[in-house]
Amino acid sequence: MIDILVSGLLLSGTYALVAMGLNLQYGVARIMNLANGEVLVLGALASFWLYSTAQVSPLLTAILVIPVSFIGNWLIYRFLLTPLVRRSKSKGALEVDSILATFGMSFIIIGVMVSIEGGFFAYKYLSIPISIIGSTTSLSRLVAFLVAAAIGLALYLWLNHSRTGVAVRAVSVSTEASGLVGINVPRISALAFALGGAITVVGGALISTFITLDASIGVVFTLKALIIVIMGGVGDIRGAIVAAVILGLVETAVATLIDPGLTLAAAYFIFVLILLFRPQGLFGKAPA
Amino acid sequence: MLRRSVLGLAAALAVAATSAFAEGTIKVGAIAPKTGPLAGGAVVTQWPNVRLWVEQVNARGGLNVGGEMMTIELIEYDDKTNPGEHIKLAQRLAEQDKVDFVVAPYGTGFNIATAPIYGRYGYPMIAVSAITDKADELTERYDNLFFTLGTTTAFVDGVKEILVEQREAGAIGNKIAMVNVADAFGIELADLAREIFTAEGFELVYDKSYPLGTPDLSPIMKGAKASGAKAFVAWSYPPDSFGLAEQAIIEDLDVNLYYSAVATSFPAFKGAYGNKINNVLGAGGTNVDDPKIAEYRKAHKDITGDTADYWASANTYASLQILEQAIVGAATLDRNVVTQYIKDNSFDTVMGTLSFENQVSHTYWSVGQWQDGVFRGVKGSNVDGAVPVRTKAGWSE
Repeated sequence: MIDILVSGLLLSGTYALVAMGLNLQYGVARIMNLANGEVLVLGALASFWLYSTAQVSPLLTAILVIPVSFIGNWLIYRFLLTPLVRRSKSKGALEVDSILATFGMSFIIIGVMVSIEGGFFAYKYLSIPISIIGSTTSLSRLVAFLVAAAIGLALYLWLNHSRTGVAVRAVSVSTEASGLVGINVPRISALAFALGGAITVVGGALISTFITLDASIGVVFTLKALIIVIMGGVGDIRGAIVAAVILGLVETAVATLIDPGLTLAAAYFIFVLILLFRPQGLFGKAPA
Repeated sequence: MLRRSVLGLAAALAVAATSAFAEGTIKVGAIAPKTGPLAGGAVVTQWPNVRLWVEQVNARGGLNVGGEMMTIELIEYDDKTNPGEHIKLAQRLAEQDKVDFVVAPYGTGFNIATAPIYGRYGYPMIAVSAITDKADELTERYDNLFFTLGTTTAFVDGVKEILVEQREAGAIGNKIAMVNVADAFGIELADLAREIFTAEGFELVYDKSYPLGTPDLSPIMKGAKASGAKAFVAWSYPPDSFGLAEQAIIEDLDVNLYYSAVATSFPAFKGAYGNKINNVLGAGGTNVDDPKIAEYRKAHKDITGDTADYWASANTYASLQILEQAIVGAATLDRNVVTQYIKDNSFDTVMGTLSFENQVSHTYWSVGQWQDGVFRGVKGSNVDGAVPVRTKAGWSE
């Protein structure tokens, strides 16, 4: 039982790292970023590459990649996605356009990554057994969980207690209304997109310390992130975290008590239940 | 978009190359994953060997085809681990690029799925990364298809022999914990293993499957550990072979025999876990002390920059040597004549002398073991240099 709780919570940390960035990008900037997983794998590649060539600690890499990824995502939003935002007549049209654009982007990122490292990003860091209230796990998973918790908390505080954070939330509720009250919507959207990308890359750098990734595995993470964001409610950071915890606990419980073969089925079962009974997500607001 | 322009460029270059060197070149087409789920394996086992072979042949001045020295021109495409894409590209190789020969695809499913299209154009396919019990049935249907890496049963039998030996030696008792990845490959092996192991009187005290790409394998390893079995067998794929080893180390899985299937033989496996994985068993194996293998591994490292894997790399290279010797021996680029030559002759390769019996070669390794930094073959068919199996004792450095 304790095993399920500990492993499940640690897995939720991983899931939260995967999904928080997408939540900001989709919820605020309204970009359904299908390259989310590839961006995550970029972080993993940075971690692997710096560790295996220069013995740079992945924890340091996770910090180093923040500005790089923030600027990179800012530029992507500014030059690649802003034209789509401008010409889209409705939210739905932007969603379709951004799905197509970021889907294409995901292939470009995969191509770049394959040219750097086509094989597995196989390395281990902090793969040290530790015991948490009697349950064995690895230090790397705990570190990822703690970072996820810290990012989640920081985001929550920032969104609720700072001027910019309030503006971000306002944009997530309504771009038109926010514009009317003097919020610089394009700027806030770019900020949210860039911040989301930065969080995703940090997630990738940390996740690669305990999961062996390769350049093509991004789509697996995009799908997980999508489920979590939609389950939790688009644009609400609490929703993403709660959904990640639910998914982590349920998957671990099913794997331990029933059969590991049913974890995916269990995850999608919950997803379907939420879509049926609360289509706006756990914390989402019902459309007016 | 980028991909398309690169392909376009490659096609343009190919056209330019055809007109410039129409005389004296043999065009060889290779389609395998560079992206997608199987890419991680193909870039270790398949691609480096294709390039190594082409480079070596051309450095020697090419192949002597009936008195004319012909160099090899390689045309490679990424099938994105998508059989539909592969078939389209295969058609392109035959119709547009008009290649003389092809390198067989990577992956069992891909070889079976593409046998008809390659067969229609008469290309001999010397399949390597393809393991199936249906080899005889398939070769009967497809005249152009050859198998070289063994059968599903041979792989399970290799593990069974070790289990029986270790039980007799008193190392593992009668209980086995077995897991498998829930895809065609893992399910086929696990079904067969369940049958073969229980027929030998073993008891499967833990027997579970998990979906491909499971991010957290700790519940599985905790379950295997709690079962108390002293032998652990995983019919796994990369990346789960890595993930399982990781969890076994974290949980300090107390077994005297640990086996995981594909990717255990990759140099990256040792790269990730160092000496902690000493005495881990896995699919494949090689005999690094064989001078031919040693020479091949050195050339692989020198030319491609990467260490060859300890299993199908050598077989992949050998399959290309067979193609090479068949073209030279048949003294023609006529594919039907070359195919017949492959059936009728034996070939001198890095894997020793290979020949085909109903289009199937029975020279291969089935089980290997990491022993002091080298993955050595411990079980195989018609191969020399198998070393005795060692007992796994703990997961410390």
